[in-house]
Amino acid sequence: MNVDALIILALIIPFCGAALIPLAHGAPNVRETITLVTATGLFATVMLLLREVMAGARPSYSVIEVTPGLEIAFAIEPLGMLFAAIASTLWIVTSVYSIGYMRGNNEPRQTSYYVWFAIALGAATGIAFSGNLFTLFLFYEILSVSTYPLVAHKGNEEAKRGARVYLMMLIGASLVLFLPAIVWTFVVAGTLDFTPGGILEGNIGPIATGFLLALFAFGIGKAAVMPLHYWLPTAMVAPTPVSALLHAVAVVKAGVFTVTKVIFYIFGIDFLSETGANEWLVILSSIGLLAASLVALNKDNLKARLAYSTVSQLAYVVLGAALASSLAVVGAGLHIAMHAAGKITLFFCAGAIYTASKKTEVSQLDGIGWRMPFTMAAFFIGALCVIGVPPLGGVWSKWHLMAGAYEAGYAPVVAVLMISTLLNIAYLLPPVIRAFLMPPTDGYKGGLKEAPLASVGALSLTAVFCLLLFFYADAIRGLLAEMLVY
Amino acid sequence: MIADHLPALQVVLPLVAATVCAMVDRRHVAYVIALLTSFAMPLIAVALLIQVLDQGVISYAMGGWEPPIGIEYRIDVANAFVLVILSLVAALIMPYAARSVAAEIPENKQAWFYCMYLLCLSGLLGITITGDAFNAFVFLEISSLATYVLIAMGADRRALLAAFQYLVMGTIGATFYVVGVGLLYTMTGTLNFADIAARLQELDIETSRPVLAALAFITVGIGLKVAMFPLHAWLPNAYAGAPSVATAFLAATATKVAVYLLLRYFYTIFGFDVVFVQHPVAQVLLILAVAGMFAGSLIAIFQDNIKRMLAWSSVAQIGYILLGVSLINHTALTGGIVHLFNHALIKGALFFAVGGFALMAGTVRISQLAGIGRTMPVTMAAFVLAGLSLIGVPGTVGFVSKWYLVLGAFEAGMWWVGFLILITSLLAVVYLGRVVEVAFFRDPEGGAAKAIEPPLSMLAPTWILVAACIVFGIDAELTAGTAMQAASVLIEGLR
Repeated sequence: MNVDALIILALIIPFCGAALIPLAHGAPNVRETITLVTATGLFATVMLLLREVMAGARPSYSVIEVTPGLEIAFAIEPLGMLFAAIASTLWIVTSVYSIGYMRGNNEPRQTSYYVWFAIALGAATGIAFSGNLFTLFLFYEILSVSTYPLVAHKGNEEAKRGARVYLMMLIGASLVLFLPAIVWTFVVAGTLDFTPGGILEGNIGPIATGFLLALFAFGIGKAAVMPLHYWLPTAMVAPTPVSALLHAVAVVKAGVFTVTKVIFYIFGIDFLSETGANEWLVILSSIGLLAASLVALNKDNLKARLAYSTVSQLAYVVLGAALASSLAVVGAGLHIAMHAAGKITLFFCAGAIYTASKKTEVSQLDGIGWRMPFTMAAFFIGALCVIGVPPLGGVWSKWHLMAGAYEAGYAPVVAVLMISTLLNIAYLLPPVIRAFLMPPTDGYKGGLKEAPLASVGALSLTAVFCLLLFFYADAIRGLLAEMLVY
Repeated sequence: MIADHLPALQVVLPLVAATVCAMVDRRHVAYVIALLTSFAMPLIAVALLIQVLDQGVISYAMGGWEPPIGIEYRIDVANAFVLVILSLVAALIMPYAARSVAAEIPENKQAWFYCMYLLCLSGLLGITITGDAFNAFVFLEISSLATYVLIAMGADRRALLAAFQYLVMGTIGATFYVVGVGLLYTMTGTLNFADIAARLQELDIETSRPVLAALAFITVGIGLKVAMFPLHAWLPNAYAGAPSVATAFLAATATKVAVYLLLRYFYTIFGFDVVFVQHPVAQVLLILAVAGMFAGSLIAIFQDNIKRMLAWSSVAQIGYILLGVSLINHTALTGGIVHLFNHALIKGALFFAVGGFALMAGTVRISQLAGIGRTMPVTMAAFVLAGLSLIGVPGTVGFVSKWYLVLGAFEAGMWWVGFLILITSLLAVVYLGRVVEVAFFRDPEGGAAKAIEPPLSMLAPTWILVAACIVFGIDAELTAGTAMQAASVLIEGLR
């Protein structure tokens, strides 16, 4: 089969799934089967593409030119390939988990839930494969709009408020900052194509470069760069699988992916480090990284703690991109993968705890480990992965980030990363310690009381991913390293 | 050959049809006449556009009297484009009108409604097609008078007040316009657009105050019809009070035609140099446009009546169009012109959807539309998609307009204007988001709970417009391309 056609297939599959799901409104089993088949289909297509890309192919497909200069076009490069692979893999797992969670909690409006989920994944695939900024922006907005109903899913006042903040901050930043950045880029560079080495060199002065970078960094609100991170904790009102989508599968990953892609393919890391326009972003993301960790430390609500942990981890990726050195960019790409595996495990666990025992606070977790051993073991693994302890995947991304910071001449950043690791330990391990070492406080007598099998299966699987990523990180690194050859 | 007389037919056909409607005074007959006439309009307009794109400017001497003595109908890409907009909206609105008019207008007045609609259409087409300053005034009055009647037919008694308010303001506007035309006639001795333009060239404009006064009078007069901020006061009441069909029709067409006429005066008659280089018209226009964008969007946020909310949104959208004019470069003008078309699609679709709510749920108040997204999902989906288009989400026509406008602002070196445009887009998210929240995240109650989807005759035109919003957002070659040519024609002038 034609490789370029595979791109279109990968884009069409989720949207077809979204169109088919409502037809099975009355038959939940059929409906969930459609979701799983769609997710598997997308996964298979992405894997076929991955094989081609690993072999050195760079498939591309141009759909249509909207107006002169604005083209809907797709071109696969290593970073986007990695993002698509992560999103499509985790979609299958999340779908399985969703089935357990949504049924276990008797959530309303499940059909529309699966529809929007599928559309969101289609949008994420579009972002991953986009060949220019306009196409990326198109799918970026589709992703914002399609996840709004998911965040508002519960329909109560709190959910509506959270969703309102979510939509206003993401659409707001994208319209008021991201879009002008795109227009500005177009005005100075005359093109919007992602080009290795960037398109801005020689077209724009150093000060203006700094401002343009700021428009991108803040405009891409999904990257949750402090102080535009506020929507992320607010969106915690959503059902847990949606949080997993937001934090691991698609949304924030799309954000940091976009930032990395823009820095690498629009600015170009050489140009950026020469001008020094990236310096402020290195400093800001370092501060954000520590600040978010400190906030997470003080959150008793488990999901809120994880949310601030995400804000902090996203700052790692932005930092990696902002360092504008080849090792750090590889580190940023790796961290997208590692954090996805670790964080999705943690969220699945938080959801499983809620489904099985309705507990939401860290302080309520005393002794729960003996009742939910699989869940809490998986939580432990996910936490270690995020912290970056071998033999879990997270260690490799931190390794590359630190090495990249040295390479770029930012030695203090290495210290920041170390302190942050300590903070990670301080806020991620207490739930595990409470679960296994403290006596239960709610009269628990013994015996297993786990979440539904689908949920536990899913979270065990992602915990295994964390482990596997340690051993197979070199494959990802090799893929990303191809970016640097141009 | 009939093909040679297409320009005349474009205007005369609806005019005659209106008379016939009034004479037969049977609602079903009147409807069929209006329907068939409306279907004929886009055929003529598209034929004219093709001819213009093919062979250049068409000059048609009305009644065989050669210009500049006789009335000339003069069609270039710019007004051919506007004719297409108008006639397409007309052709879509008539199938839609059947059920809505039957429900909202007393039986004995329905034939008159169609008569007035046809008169209004004829007037708007006339303003667009004519190449004669006084003839434009006549058509302006025909369309305005018909509009007053259309608005007054609204079910609410406040519609009468709105119609009267518009009557007073519209008459003042028309008077300003005709005073301006009179001044021009005194100075040049002609009423033909091309002829006035040529003779103004020979005058030293700086020393001839009457010409400048004419510019001022005409700008204010047409500005009133455009609903240019701060001359917009009539618009929200008029749109909120008029019957649904009339609102949709006026919102999609009337102000567009007035903008076109303003462009014609600025670029073709007075000329780029006089208006934009020697006098600070652009600067004034820029301030008014931005003020309109913000005032319209902000006030829209606080409306409970959706029709009034969308009307205020129109004030803002007119701001965008005028902004495209005021940035005085080709890209921004393209943005302004393409937004004429795009906004017609968007607002048409939105008002069509609202007409569906009015008919099936019996209300257009946001507070009473709780849960309408669950009882009328197909209509509400159309509303949401058109709303996204209004915001300017990529993949919709709204984005194409904003792209050109923001790009034009950057090219003009006024990047901050680009930011202002996008901040007002954000306000659109707020006022449309309110409707979406109420519609989807509240349990149905009252009229909304019992509502069902409107008949296909209303859904189909709504979705055709929504589909157009997306199709022309993904492939803008036709619309933006034509707008680009129209902008070139205007900037180059008639010479």
